[in-house]
Amino acid sequence: MNRRMVIYILGKMMGVEALLLLLPAGISLIYKEWDGSFFLIPASICLILFALFGRKAPADKVIYGREGMLIVAGAWILWSLFGALPFTMSGTIPSYINAFFETVSGFTTTGSTILVDIESLPKCMAFWRSFTHWIGGMGVLVFVMVLANLDKKSSMHLLRAEVPGPEKDKLVPKMRQTARILYGIYLGLTALEVIFLLIGGMNVFDAVLHSFSTAGTGGFSNYNASIAHFNSSYIEWTITIFMTLFGINFNMYFLLLLRNFKPVWKNEELRAYLGIIVAAVAIISFNIYTIYGQDSLRTAAFQVTSVMTTTGFISADYTTWPMLSQCILLFLMVVGACASSTGGGIKVTRFLVLLKSIRQYCRHLIHPKQVSLIQVSKRTMSSQVLYGVHAYFMSYVAIFIASVILVSVDNMDFASTLGAVLTCMNNVGPGLGVVGPSGNFSSLSVLSKIVLSFDMLAGRLEIFPFLLFFNLNAWRKKF
Amino acid sequence: MKIVIIGDGKVGHRLTTQLSEEDCDLTLIDRNDIKLNDALNKFDIICITGDGADAEIQKQAKVGEADLVIACASTDELNMLSCLIAKKLGAKGTIARVRNPVYFRQINLLKDDLHLNMVVNPELTAAQEIEKVIMIPETTKVETFMKGRVDLVEFPLKEDCKITGLTLSKIYETLKTKILVCAVVRNDEVFIPDGNFVLKGGDKLHITAPRKDLEKFFTAIGQREQKIKNVLICGGGHVTFYLTRALIGSGRKVKIIERDKDRSVLLAEAFPEAVVIRGDGTDHDLLIEEGIKDADALVALTSLDEENIILSLFAKSLNVPKIIAKVNEESRSKMVQNLGIDSAISAKYATADLIISYVRARQNSLTSANVETLYQLVGGQIEAMEFIIQEESEYTGVKLKDLKIKPNHLVACIGRKHHIIIPDGNDHIEPGDSVIVVTKGNGMNDFSDLFVHKSILSA
Repeated sequence: MNRRMVIYILGKMMGVEALLLLLPAGISLIYKEWDGSFFLIPASICLILFALFGRKAPADKVIYGREGMLIVAGAWILWSLFGALPFTMSGTIPSYINAFFETVSGFTTTGSTILVDIESLPKCMAFWRSFTHWIGGMGVLVFVMVLANLDKKSSMHLLRAEVPGPEKDKLVPKMRQTARILYGIYLGLTALEVIFLLIGGMNVFDAVLHSFSTAGTGGFSNYNASIAHFNSSYIEWTITIFMTLFGINFNMYFLLLLRNFKPVWKNEELRAYLGIIVAAVAIISFNIYTIYGQDSLRTAAFQVTSVMTTTGFISADYTTWPMLSQCILLFLMVVGACASSTGGGIKVTRFLVLLKSIRQYCRHLIHPKQVSLIQVSKRTMSSQVLYGVHAYFMSYVAIFIASVILVSVDNMDFASTLGAVLTCMNNVGPGLGVVGPSGNFSSLSVLSKIVLSFDMLAGRLEIFPFLLFFNLNAWRKKF
Repeated sequence: MKIVIIGDGKVGHRLTTQLSEEDCDLTLIDRNDIKLNDALNKFDIICITGDGADAEIQKQAKVGEADLVIACASTDELNMLSCLIAKKLGAKGTIARVRNPVYFRQINLLKDDLHLNMVVNPELTAAQEIEKVIMIPETTKVETFMKGRVDLVEFPLKEDCKITGLTLSKIYETLKTKILVCAVVRNDEVFIPDGNFVLKGGDKLHITAPRKDLEKFFTAIGQREQKIKNVLICGGGHVTFYLTRALIGSGRKVKIIERDKDRSVLLAEAFPEAVVIRGDGTDHDLLIEEGIKDADALVALTSLDEENIILSLFAKSLNVPKIIAKVNEESRSKMVQNLGIDSAISAKYATADLIISYVRARQNSLTSANVETLYQLVGGQIEAMEFIIQEESEYTGVKLKDLKIKPNHLVACIGRKHHIIIPDGNDHIEPGDSVIVVTKGNGMNDFSDLFVHKSILSA
């Protein structure tokens, strides 16, 4: 256990957060708001921490998988703790627990909010909320790798802990290059969405904010009614398409840039992802036809992609829809987006692997000695990966059950309790009932907010780095 | 004494070397006649080519007249069967090597039916030796006498130690605890020191002391070391199995690195408390990842001497406090100690020592004092023996300073009922005592060999 290196990298991370906090302060200058000054204090605290811990590298720079996981979990927790300070200091969100919940929800690209009146927020605060989505979407450490040259040996351990999905690939041999390509694609797509939204008649501020929220598959909007506020079918379709795009494995875009179309076309996860979306949209639009008439396809498409990619924008209150549609949406929350995208949930690949395991076991019962392998996109999953997927699923269920029991202390109705936990664990945003599209999380108790913050972080970091962070053995000496 | 040895393997070879020098009539049986020819050229013995479990071969080797048959061929089954046949043919005593942990566990059930006088398990013996060194980390080798109440330990004296440059008599005066320096190795030369001997830094001391006083002694001379808690073992063979069992039993943390899949699974099953890593123990990155820097001791127990030596040197470069390597070849084990590795342990030597001390004890069973245990130290240059004094004799009841003891012989310790006496000139020997004698060179078969001629009393 190389504690010094963990502290050193965390120290560096604080320096980066200090820079990020200066950005909304700059925004406040443009809009001549006084609240921007509240970003300077946390920024300077972060800068002091950086000066204390992040300047001098320890002699022993070698870290392994476990340090990588601890660094990633530590970085996310620290960034959320300090990122919440501006909200509390400026008085926009007086309670620190609420501010923390909101920031965690931002960084983890969940989009659940405790704010009742979002529109009253100063512009710099609204910007900070959506900006956390954008940073959190691709991963805070991947972001740091783009900016700073971290130790070359350690970078793979960090990437492995932060990028979602059962298998982690590098695009190019150099880690830093990979991070830059990922952020390049990310930035490009975001910029494209800003342009499309501007064409649709949004003002610059709204367009940037909503693009940030879409890109990170977060779901914070600066309007109480979310996307429904614009009441524009062009904007809804644009966002629907971009949500779908951000839910796809980013490696696919890299392959497209290299004009390597065949593996993209043959990619099983991508096909399954699009297939599920099409099927769900078809079922739901028939199911809600009686309510929305000819708007039902658009509404269904928007809500399905919003939930499946775990963005959580709202164009209609789906809690008033028939039970079939609600249940499908709930299931889509759990499935989530593709691996290595900015979306949350269990991920489509994992579901494919889980379903194929069922088939494999049935085959095994029929032909006990058959050599049967599990393949996704013609690639055989090693037993280590399978084991990882099964363990992941089991821990997911275990955390889900524990969280539901803890949140049920609040004595909300069944749908609200279940919905709150599901939406947080899968980083979606709105749940059902009290925490549904028309509600928010402000009425929950402190305990529930802490539990749900935990769930959001666990969901975003894919459970294990986060579990390890609370495991004393991981912090102990090597032996 | 007529002895038949079945199997010319590592242990067999070592036994032949040792026993042929001690005036025993040896017959060696093995299937490999090239090996036997070699032995025939080197030693003054009879060799017979054939299967040791074949009664005809055994008859040819005159097993019926033998005092002792030692079966140390490669397989346990063959050894046990050979001993059974030998007993049927009239051999007086049999010793079998049994190394399979399963057989060894139930050996008490079999021992009587197979008429075995002694069963030796080389790996267990080696593991016990390693365990002792880990228990007392200041030392590099530990031999126990009187059922574990007295230790004879070897340790290197540091340059800046309090007792360097002092004579032994001065040291005995200043130290409160009673210990006895019975041998000193300096530049490959062995001394049995007297009171005027001056210690130098770098000397290897052999001292006897009751176990409970050892700690006090090392504290007094300022060479006390941290207790060993975390042990990293490379290689997962039988020695590892026994060693892990012992170390876990005494509450230590054990991490094992083993290459083979099935073997590592077996170890993980047997010791859920231990951390078993499947990987190559010679891989430096793996060792560092698994925390060799935080280990208190590294035990290199892979099947290759070379690998163990390299591993130990690597651990040495990382300042692991205690390094123990299994080294089978004698020439290599000398080299290892010159390289600064604390302890080199060989299953072969440990087993041969056990058998030889049994042989000695049998030889002496008719005289007035029995050899209870025997150890060979410093590559056979020193012997330490424990005698049990059976009856009144010329030397009993006389003060030690009045006895005429041969040069290079030393009475190191006397055990009398519940007391351990570290003797000086005013102590004496009584019937019923256990007496530890340390000698330079070998050839002491009887307790009376301790004294010059037959005139036991001086002047």
